Amino acid sequence: MAASCVRTVGLLLGKCRNCSPGINTVTSQLNRQVLRRQICASTVLHKKSKAGAEKYTAEYIQKQVEEFNIGKRHLANMMGEDPENFSQEDIDRSIAYLFPSGLFEKKARPLMKHPDEIFPKQKAVQWGADGRPFHFLFYTAKQSYYALMHETYDKILILQKNEDHLRAKGLFSTDTKQIFLGNSRWLLKEELEMLLVESISAHDYDRFIQLMGRMLSMPYCATEKEFILRYRKKLEAESKKQVVTQLEKDENGVAFSTAEGRRKTSNSTVILRDCGSGQITINSQNYLAYFPVLQDREQLMFPFQFTDTLERFNVECTVSGGGRSSQVGALRLAISRALFCFLSEKEGEAMRQAGLLTPDPRVRERKKPGQEGARRKFTWKKR
Amino acid sequence: MALHRLSFRLRQTVTHVRSLHTSGCGQQQQQPQSVDTSSEPEPLSVFRTQEHNPACQSERHIGQYYTVPPGHIGTLFPHSLPKRYQQQVKTFNEACIMVRQPALEVISYLKNTDYSQPALRYIFYGLKGSGKTMSLCHTVHFCYTQGWLVLHIPDAHKWVKNCKELLPSSYNPSRFDQPLESTAWLRDFKITNEQFLSKIKTKQRYVWTKREFTDEGRPLGELVDQGISRIKSSTDVVGAVMKELRLQSGQPGSDFRLAVAVDGVNALWGRSSIKKQDKSAVDPEELTLIYNLRKLMKNNWTGGAIITTLAQTGSLYTSKSAYLPQELLGETGFDNMDPFIPVSVPNYSEKEFEGCYQYFMDRRWLQHPQSLTEEGKKEIIFLSNKNPSMLDRICSFL
Repeated sequence: MAASCVRTVGLLLGKCRNCSPGINTVTSQLNRQVLRRQICASTVLHKKSKAGAEKYTAEYIQKQVEEFNIGKRHLANMMGEDPENFSQEDIDRSIAYLFPSGLFEKKARPLMKHPDEIFPKQKAVQWGADGRPFHFLFYTAKQSYYALMHETYDKILILQKNEDHLRAKGLFSTDTKQIFLGNSRWLLKEELEMLLVESISAHDYDRFIQLMGRMLSMPYCATEKEFILRYRKKLEAESKKQVVTQLEKDENGVAFSTAEGRRKTSNSTVILRDCGSGQITINSQNYLAYFPVLQDREQLMFPFQFTDTLERFNVECTVSGGGRSSQVGALRLAISRALFCFLSEKEGEAMRQAGLLTPDPRVRERKKPGQEGARRKFTWKKR
Repeated sequence: MALHRLSFRLRQTVTHVRSLHTSGCGQQQQQPQSVDTSSEPEPLSVFRTQEHNPACQSERHIGQYYTVPPGHIGTLFPHSLPKRYQQQVKTFNEACIMVRQPALEVISYLKNTDYSQPALRYIFYGLKGSGKTMSLCHTVHFCYTQGWLVLHIPDAHKWVKNCKELLPSSYNPSRFDQPLESTAWLRDFKITNEQFLSKIKTKQRYVWTKREFTDEGRPLGELVDQGISRIKSSTDVVGAVMKELRLQSGQPGSDFRLAVAVDGVNALWGRSSIKKQDKSAVDPEELTLIYNLRKLMKNNWTGGAIITTLAQTGSLYTSKSAYLPQELLGETGFDNMDPFIPVSVPNYSEKEFEGCYQYFMDRRWLQHPQSLTEEGKKEIIFLSNKNPSMLDRICSFL
């Protein structure tokens, strides 16, 4: 019972995230009562609440937060842990423990999260007691977007003025400091919408990007660096995200590194020793005997060949589970990871771009009932 | 490594100079008949040796190829070379065998054996595809050039499986004959040992049917012809031939040495996949061919040698990773073979690999531009792990 309730809550809350912010309709006493208790919502009510677009008042959200905090403490007590330092990870762990779910879709599993994450961010009231809107662009229906455009254009004008001023003084030069934008990108349309708490059209978004581009093309745009970077997202080199295990030295002073890799259902661990002669043992067997198929050995060779370190390392592997191609895939990943810490940053990045450090996420697709296999349908028979 | 390569290059230039000097010699002029007509006269090179007689080869020829005269291939190995090697011979239009340590070892033993003692048993063993059969062929070629009588069984495993015709033996009804296998073998035996067949006389009277018989004192050739023409009695003929040779070799008055070469000797003591009428498996003991071959494996005869290899490929009901004599022969087999000389056949060494690589390059067998570079060579080494058979397979599509 409890599990199903939580699941429904999750579902309901998930739905709420999608509904567009409209007029506040949550007035029904019954409805509110049900929603107050987080872990109790029947399907009937669920349907009812879905019918009307709703908006939550600040008090309502406040109440939800309080209830969440109390619920969190209850949960901590149930789990016999310290309620003061009960983090979100602990909550997730306890929910997964108390309401184990085998559902494939992660979103459909029971969840308990802070209301801020569950309820969509919404705007404060836009008009005063006299019924007049606060903002002068309120009647454009996209006030924050147009306000942003206005602000940007103001900045452009200021820059232009500054330019003219300098030109008059004879100090104008085109080779000024530029903003380095190589490691960042413009916010996407969705991200901008989140920032503005407004929905904007693709055309509007293009206009915004155009205006920003115009601003960037101006020689003295560096003065507005902070403003520009607010609408850009920083990108990091993917290989920097790789966890680099440090090189270790064994008793003879030879560097070695260990790494793990997995693919499909295979798990592998690899120990790579420097200054070897290219010997490879897999489960204490020669690799030629372990992988009689040429393609598998090619897979095994590729990381070494790519980094030009054939015949340099001695490799000890253990691999279990899966078939031969998944085993060799797991080994390739583990070897690449172990090799990664022997290499310079540039070579490592090249390795990542070659796809050697990327785990293969593909797994076997489940068979569906009413079908012959994962996708294949039964042979059609007239009768 | 670099030094090694440099020395190779230097040696090559040196040999080239020598080939210029000797190009006028008569010895060179004889060779081109065997080589493809379009190619230039055979050059002297690092990976080839001019020592085409296995008896004269020594340690310093290791890793070099010697050419088996084309005449010998036809008579000595009519159908008994491994399939891939046969194809290679056909492609390259020459039969080159690399001189390797295991074969040389056995040859040196054969040279120094006292033949009045019971025959010694040699067993080549090693990992799959490491060249056991080719070592056996090399040794057999030595015996052939020495004028021995060669009794070569190319694959004993073929005698214990996939039998098309199985007849109860006429001599002993509890045993089974394999007429097709025995006639095929007798034909090859006849081609190989043509010269001996008329010299050796039978010492016993054999009665095949009521009317047909072979008298005492007839040449062995007649016996063999009888086996080839009368398929029904061919298995018994094989037994008779083996018996005659066993009894006569090493005896005063006989002027031949007997070399028994068996490939896949573990088949003799393994299991068989042949089924009887009642669907039960045949024991190898019950097969006449195997029964006679086992008798030949006993070292109660003199004046010869027994050279065998173990083979996992083709064997029945053995684990894939097994290669040691104990594992493959089993307990009974090991006891039967017991005083034997094991000869390990390893994968290629650095030098042997280099020789093989050079040979393939020389034959234009490696065509891919990448395979001629240093990286390509490393790649080949990795993929083949210097295993001769794997190297051959990989190079076949480069």
